[in-house]
Amino acid sequence: MSDQSSVEILTEWDIVAARQLGRNVAKELGFGTVDQARITTAISELARNIYLYAGKGRIEIQQLTENGMKGILIIAADSGPGIPDIRKVMEDGFTTSGGLGAGLPGVKRLMDDFKIETILGEGTDIRATKWLR
Amino acid sequence: MSQEIEVQYKEILEEYTKKQTEQNLYVGQNFSRQLILENIAPEEVISMHKAAIQELHGELPDVVWHSFDFLIEMMINYGLALQERQSLLKQQEELKVEMDLAANVQETLLKTKLPVLEGLDIGLLSIPARKMNGDYIYFVSDHDGYAGVAVADVIGKGLPAALCMSMIKFGMDSLNSSHALPKDVLGVINRIVEKSVDDSMFVSMFYSNYDAKQARLTYGSAGHEPAILYRARDKEFSELFAKGLLLGVSPAAVYEEHTVDLEKGDLVIMMTDGVTEGRNDDGFIEREVIYELIERKKKEPAQTIVQYVYDELERMQSAQFQDDFTLVIYKKV
Repeated sequence: MSDQSSVEILTEWDIVAARQLGRNVAKELGFGTVDQARITTAISELARNIYLYAGKGRIEIQQLTENGMKGILIIAADSGPGIPDIRKVMEDGFTTSGGLGAGLPGVKRLMDDFKIETILGEGTDIRATKWLR
Repeated sequence: MSQEIEVQYKEILEEYTKKQTEQNLYVGQNFSRQLILENIAPEEVISMHKAAIQELHGELPDVVWHSFDFLIEMMINYGLALQERQSLLKQQEELKVEMDLAANVQETLLKTKLPVLEGLDIGLLSIPARKMNGDYIYFVSDHDGYAGVAVADVIGKGLPAALCMSMIKFGMDSLNSSHALPKDVLGVINRIVEKSVDDSMFVSMFYSNYDAKQARLTYGSAGHEPAILYRARDKEFSELFAKGLLLGVSPAAVYEEHTVDLEKGDLVIMMTDGVTEGRNDDGFIEREVIYELIERKKKEPAQTIVQYVYDELERMQSAQFQDDFTLVIYKKV
């Protein structure tokens, strides 16, 4: 079962809207303050990546229920240039050393599950889940 | 986070809010070490703090609670930075282990056996400045009264230099002859290095061939530190110089060779610039200093002289060699 809603990312302000959406859903699901902050930080990172590298895209937030567990799924999808070297962007220190923030390894750490699919010239689809404990 | 930690934190905090002593702060700081050990993120510490204050002083104004939420948000990236640091430390540790393994492989790979020659006493010492040695020494001997020795210095240190050296070793192995003449050996290795190595990497090499029956040394050099000859009869030092470009610069490079006949008590000292370019507080250590050190021990076995020169130079440089150190001494006996 899932319940979804999404935000188009075109300007920097849309990042805030995506965060707000994520926070509302996280709160509703019963995540505590620390996990809410982690989820919104992950959304920030993903939305910023869309804004900076793809130009436009979409952040989708879904509520998940699976085997009696509740969780939140963030989908970040764009039809930008794609990522040429995934291994490199998943390396520690690759983005952070340039002061660009937590980067994708950060998103992976903030969430429980992380999947990335990217095709050069077609776009990137990232899915990150956090389960309520 | 375990309930126990939350309870302990609340107690420590309560003590401090009652009595602001250095002792209570000290207890708190010790506790923070335990939190780090248990991988508790900074945002969780603030959350724990907020909960503790709520229990102890629930009646505070809303602005206080909002400020804690704000602080939690602020700490998320610090928490990530901490996790990243831990993961990088682990990677660094793995790299270190790999480097140690590589150094061991290098040691095994580049092991060379001192030849046994009638009338020649040989001393050898090669000590790397870092884990991997950028100096290379290699003996070729067929037990037929001839022996070749290559003393090389890869310009550049560490792993790339070590990889380059394995190539030189295989080049030398392919020649496989103690009779090979320096100009030919240097020519072949030059072409191998020129073809296979990055433009920024150069190798200097001194190659000499010793014929025990005639006590004759034939030598050539590819931009390497000149060897030193000590004549026992004249009690004089001179340089064994031969013209030739560094290896790897040009495929067309041609190498000179010269010969010198050794007499009883004569010494030939071959080395890398780690020996001559040592520094002490007053600047470079002069070649004359090395002559003097050798002069003092010239009656001793070759290995004793080599060790003495190393020990003395190490003492002069306060045990801080900047470069790999390799020294070979031939002594005609």
